[in-house]
Amino acid sequence: MKLKGTVNDPRMQRRYRAEKRFRLYAMSAVLLALAFLIVFFADIISQGYSAFYRTEVQATINYNDRVEMGDYRAAVSDEIRTVVSRGMLRNLPREVRDNPDLKGTSETSWMPVKGEIDQYRKGHVDSLDEELLASVQRLDEAGRLGFAPNWAFFTNGDSKLPELAGIGAAVVGSVYLLGITLIVAFPIGVMTAIYLEEFASDNWLTQTIEVNINNLAAVPSIIFGLLGLAVFINFFGVPRSSALAGGLTIGLMTLPIIIISTRAALRAVPDPVRMGAFAMGCTRWQVVRDHVLPVSLPGILTGTIIGLAQAMGETAPLILVGLIAYIQAPPTDITSAATVLPAQVFTWAGMPQTAFAEKASAGIIVLLTVLLSMNAAAVFMRRRLERRW
Amino acid sequence: MQMNKTATIAISALVSLGAATTAQARDQIRIVGSSTVYPFASYVVEEFGATTDYSTPVIESTGSGGGLKLFCEGKGANTPDITNASRRMKPSEYKRCEENGVTNITEAKIGSDGIVVAQDARDGNLELTREQILLAVAKKVPKEGKLVDNPYNNWSQIDSSLPDREIEIYGPPATSGTRDAFEELVMGAASKGMSGYDGHYTTVRGDGPYVPSGENDNLIVKKIQQNTDALGVFGYSFLDENRDTVDAATIDGVEPTSQNISAGDYPVSRSLWFYVKNAHIGTIPGIEDYTKMFMSELMIGGDGLLKGEGLIPLPAAEREQWRKKVANRETVKLSDLK
Repeated sequence: MKLKGTVNDPRMQRRYRAEKRFRLYAMSAVLLALAFLIVFFADIISQGYSAFYRTEVQATINYNDRVEMGDYRAAVSDEIRTVVSRGMLRNLPREVRDNPDLKGTSETSWMPVKGEIDQYRKGHVDSLDEELLASVQRLDEAGRLGFAPNWAFFTNGDSKLPELAGIGAAVVGSVYLLGITLIVAFPIGVMTAIYLEEFASDNWLTQTIEVNINNLAAVPSIIFGLLGLAVFINFFGVPRSSALAGGLTIGLMTLPIIIISTRAALRAVPDPVRMGAFAMGCTRWQVVRDHVLPVSLPGILTGTIIGLAQAMGETAPLILVGLIAYIQAPPTDITSAATVLPAQVFTWAGMPQTAFAEKASAGIIVLLTVLLSMNAAAVFMRRRLERRW
Repeated sequence: MQMNKTATIAISALVSLGAATTAQARDQIRIVGSSTVYPFASYVVEEFGATTDYSTPVIESTGSGGGLKLFCEGKGANTPDITNASRRMKPSEYKRCEENGVTNITEAKIGSDGIVVAQDARDGNLELTREQILLAVAKKVPKEGKLVDNPYNNWSQIDSSLPDREIEIYGPPATSGTRDAFEELVMGAASKGMSGYDGHYTTVRGDGPYVPSGENDNLIVKKIQQNTDALGVFGYSFLDENRDTVDAATIDGVEPTSQNISAGDYPVSRSLWFYVKNAHIGTIPGIEDYTKMFMSELMIGGDGLLKGEGLIPLPAAEREQWRKKVANRETVKLSDLK
């Protein structure tokens, strides 16, 4: 006999089945998202990891008269010349002229080879020019070719020679840009939030401001690029392509994020804290400074870090203010030309040579690592430092 | 009063940031312009930075039109010194330059570039004419004396000699300079000689067979490797880098080789240029040495370094002629551009 309202009741069982099905759907959604993520990471890492090492050749450089005259090709033997990166040789005439002591000496060291040979040895391309292939095989058998860690990838700037291209200049540019973003957006954002949350009365004006700030956070970033171009570059005359132009533009973009998260952090502070302080005769400013701000600081910093992480990966507005450009050297001050990490990845992704595809993936790996550690820092702060009430 | 101090510092920092930005004379050359010339120019820029005492120029890829717009905005350190272009300056652009006081401009032709129609290498040979390509990609085609919406979905419908394959072409989007050149050199040129079109016709169909595929030519190369039925339209340098996997169609019977493009035999080729603002020579250091390096045999010569990057060199006599023009800082005149 089936009883109503028990597990044996068919209606009850139908409801249980429905719940089971729903759980299954929800779970498969999670699994699908996870699968996408894993495929993405696997793809990027498998394409990019090989950029962290490179092929080097043992070469002897002779600092002779002809090198001093500008014929850098005379510095090495014919065989080495076809293999070694031209970027290692073209500076030699200047070096000899700058250091006359070098003349007549020779030096043996390991140097990067041309990008195409490197790609061939890594198995990314299957063919090489026949003569070149013969030289490579001869050198390989003689033990004069080998893989070495590619530190230059982290220290060099961009280059048209893939074997010399690196993210060094872009990383410095990113640091400059984030620094300016922080200087601009953090004080203005936090002060705006404090005023709106603690001082302003709730009237139509503050409500309008609030609605607008929430809207600004959702405005497409390219709009901020247009604004930056019109206001900072065309009106204030900030130099194009500079970290300052980029930082101010990105700062504007980050501002609403910081305001919103700061307000949320301030709101999380329970009112009895304020009441208690008022009861002791504190002014509003003292309440904010000594009681509300200290306990909400972890929340504010978390929001700031997340805002900066977003700023770090931003590219679209920077196209308009000229940071997507061929810039080799790291910026020396905030007004000199700079490029940033995502811009560097963007540039490499459009190059015809396969060696740059590898570099682009490696750049993404670095970018993701930085973003993950920033977000991890934010999570850590929230967990460890935030007070629970 | 701690917070007050911080606020004061923040505000004064902002103010001084603003003050520090008044434009000063640069010590870096600034270059803008065509994304087609960009890989060649950035190669020269790097070489220039590495082998001379000048600081490395800054080069931005803005497209030919965008570059000339910035270039013609006026004189002074906040305008670019050089702009690259994958077409010649238009008379309207010259006039705009003139209105803004940029009158002393030297023109330099550096070489040529071809646009290829390619497919996966496993597909065999393909011979096309510009008329056939036009009929495959045009929005409207002439039929019985009238222009009708393009009915062709298979190459064999256009001409029985063509393979029985669906028409599927991955090509550059409307914003691209390569697309401009493709429209001009293939569609425009073919439609002029065809009855039914009223002269120049360059509207591309939007009903599926032509797929605009983004500015990234690598993507188009990848797509035609995956979809062997499809054709791709992209720049010659990308063909050169992928010779082992993709194969270009002959157009009007001419193969897109370096020689054929350089000689002007291959119909879908264009010249590449840069323009120098002579008023900046003397104020911005290095402009003359940079242009000299760019025009040198080492770079644009028959066996020059840029050939390895996919540039198609000019014939020797023409190189010599342009090298002289640049060295003498000859001023381009409106009559030259027409």
